[in-house]
Amino acid sequence: MTEEAMDKPSDGVGCGAAVLMDIRNVSLRFGGVKALRDVSFDIREGEIRAIIGPNGAGKSSMLNVINGFYHPQEGEIWFRGKRRPPMKPHTIARHGIARTFQNIALFRGMSTLDNIMTGRITRMGLGLLSHAIWWGWAEREEVQHRERVERIIDFLEIQPIRKTPVGRLPYGLQKRVELGRALAAEPTLLLLDEPMAGMNVEEKEDLSRFILDVNDEFGTTIALIEHDMGVVMDLSDRVVVMDYGRKIADGSPQEVRNNQDVIDAYLGVPH
Amino acid sequence: MHEQLLFALEVSLNGLMTGVLYSLVALGFVLIFKASGVFNYAQGVMALFAALTLVGFQSGQVPFAHLINAVFGSNIHHFGWHLPVILSILLTLLVMVLLAVVIEKLVLKHLINQEPIVLFMATIGLAYFLEGFGDLMWGSEIKRLDVGIPQGISESIENFTFESLGYGFFIDRLDIVATAVAAVLVISLTVFSQYSRVGRALRAVADDHQAALSVGISLRYIWVVVWSVAGFVALVAGIMWGAKSGVQFSLSLIALKALPVLMLGGFTSIPGAIIGGLIIGVGEKLFEFLMGPLIGGATENWFAYVLALVFLVFRPQGLFGERIIERV
Repeated sequence: MTEEAMDKPSDGVGCGAAVLMDIRNVSLRFGGVKALRDVSFDIREGEIRAIIGPNGAGKSSMLNVINGFYHPQEGEIWFRGKRRPPMKPHTIARHGIARTFQNIALFRGMSTLDNIMTGRITRMGLGLLSHAIWWGWAEREEVQHRERVERIIDFLEIQPIRKTPVGRLPYGLQKRVELGRALAAEPTLLLLDEPMAGMNVEEKEDLSRFILDVNDEFGTTIALIEHDMGVVMDLSDRVVVMDYGRKIADGSPQEVRNNQDVIDAYLGVPH
Repeated sequence: MHEQLLFALEVSLNGLMTGVLYSLVALGFVLIFKASGVFNYAQGVMALFAALTLVGFQSGQVPFAHLINAVFGSNIHHFGWHLPVILSILLTLLVMVLLAVVIEKLVLKHLINQEPIVLFMATIGLAYFLEGFGDLMWGSEIKRLDVGIPQGISESIENFTFESLGYGFFIDRLDIVATAVAAVLVISLTVFSQYSRVGRALRAVADDHQAALSVGISLRYIWVVVWSVAGFVALVAGIMWGAKSGVQFSLSLIALKALPVLMLGGFTSIPGAIIGGLIIGVGEKLFEFLMGPLIGGATENWFAYVLALVFLVFRPQGLFGERIIERV
C-alpha cells in the first residue's frame, strides 16, 4: 500500500471543495467473509468520484453501505459535516442520496414517466392524507412535480418513450430511465453502480455526456463504480481503487494509473 | 324448451351474483399478493373477524366478555346500547387498520427478505390465531348481521320479467346490492392503485423492493397501507357474506373458494379476480344445473377446483396474470 498516493493532494476539480461525505475506517463482514476492511475516503462537493477495482473488490458493498442497504460493523460515515447514525435506506434517500443499480432495478410494469415520478417521492411524500382529504389538492401538487419530471425527460432525451412500459425498452434506454429516476430526487449525492455495464460504444458516449452534464449543470456530486478504464479516466476527478475489500490507492486518474499496486491488482499479481 | 332456457339464464344470473361475492374475497388476496408477494391465507379469517367485530360493536357486546367473566366472576355481556350502522362500520374499520399495524409490527417486520413460503406459513399461523382471537373476543355462537341491506326476492324484477318474458326471475335483493358494492369497490381500488401516489408506490414495491427503498419508499408503511386496504375489503366481504348466511365460522372457509378464483384470474390482477369470480360463480351453478342430475349432484363442491386444475395445466399464470417467462 502506498501512503504517498493516498495522501498526495489531487489536482482534480473537486480539490479544495468542502467534503460532502467522509467514510472513516469502515469494515463490513458477512459472517466470516470480510467485504470491506478498514476503508476510508472522502467525497467532495461537486466532484465525480470513481470507485474501481477487480471483481469482488467490495465496490458495490461500499455503495450499499453509503445508501444504507448494508450497515458496517465498524467505522463511521460523516455526511454534510455530521456523523450519520445507522438509518434505513428509505430514510437515507430522503436525506438526498439517490442511486442506480448494477442490474437495472426499474419498476418494470410502469411507464417511463411513472418510473421517474417515483423518484419524486422524497420530494412530495405519498400524500395519503391529502388524497383522503381532497383529491384535487394532491393532484395540483402532482402537476408541479410532473413539470420537473418532464424537464428531466427532456434533458435525457427520452420524450418518445414517455408512456412506454420500461420492461419493453432496450437495455441502454432502461439505464437512462434509471438515471432519470435517480435525478428526479434532485439528490445531493448520486451513486451510480456500473452505469456503462453492457453498453455499446455509442451508448457509453451518450451516458458519459449525460453524467458530465448532470455534474456541470445541477452541480450534483457523483460517486460511480465503473469497469471501463477509458470512461473512468475521462469522467472522474478522483479515483479510489479497491482490491480484496481494501483501499489500495486514492488520487487523480493520472496518479492511480501509474500506481504499482493498482497495476498489480489488475494484472493479478499473487498476494 | 323456451322455459328451460330462461331457467338456465336465471341460474346463470344467480351464479353471477354468487361469483361477485367470491370476487370480493379474492380481491383481498390479490391486493396483498401484488404488493408483497405474500399469499395471505388469513384473508378469509380476516373477513370473519371483521364481520364478528361489526356485529359486536353494533349490538353493544362487551369484548372478551367470557374471559372477563371467568377471571373476575362477573356476569357482563352487553353494554346495553346499540350503535348506529355507520358508526360500527367506522369503528370496525379502525380495528382492521390497527390489526394491519400489529401484523406489520409483530410478523412482517421480522420476516423481511425471507422466502415467500416462510411468509405464507406466517399467514397460516395468523389465520389460526385470528380465528381463536375472534372467538375469544366476541364468542363463537352464530350471529345475525343486519346492516339494513334489503333482503329477499326482488318482486319488481320478478314481476317485470314475468310480464315481458312470461317467466319470473327470482333474484335476491341482497345479491343486487352486493354486485353494486363490488363494482364500486373494484372501480375505486383500480383508480386508487393506478392514479394515486400511494398506488404508484404500491406498484413500485410490488415490482422491486430494493429500488423502492432507494427512491425513499418505506416498505413498512406500504405494508400497513396494503393490509389496511385488505382489511377494508375483508370487512366488505364479511358484511355481504354475513348478511347472506349469518356470521359464523364457515365464513372463513369461503376463502378456499377464492383459491380457484385466483388461479383463473391470476394472482396479480384486480380485474382478473372479478372475472375469475364470475366465471366460477356461473360455471358451478350452470354445471350443477346441466350435469348435476346426471352425475348425482353436489357438483358445486368440487367444480371450481377442477376448473382451476385445468387452468393450472394450460395457463398457469391465469387469464390476466403476468406472463411467467422462464429464461434458461
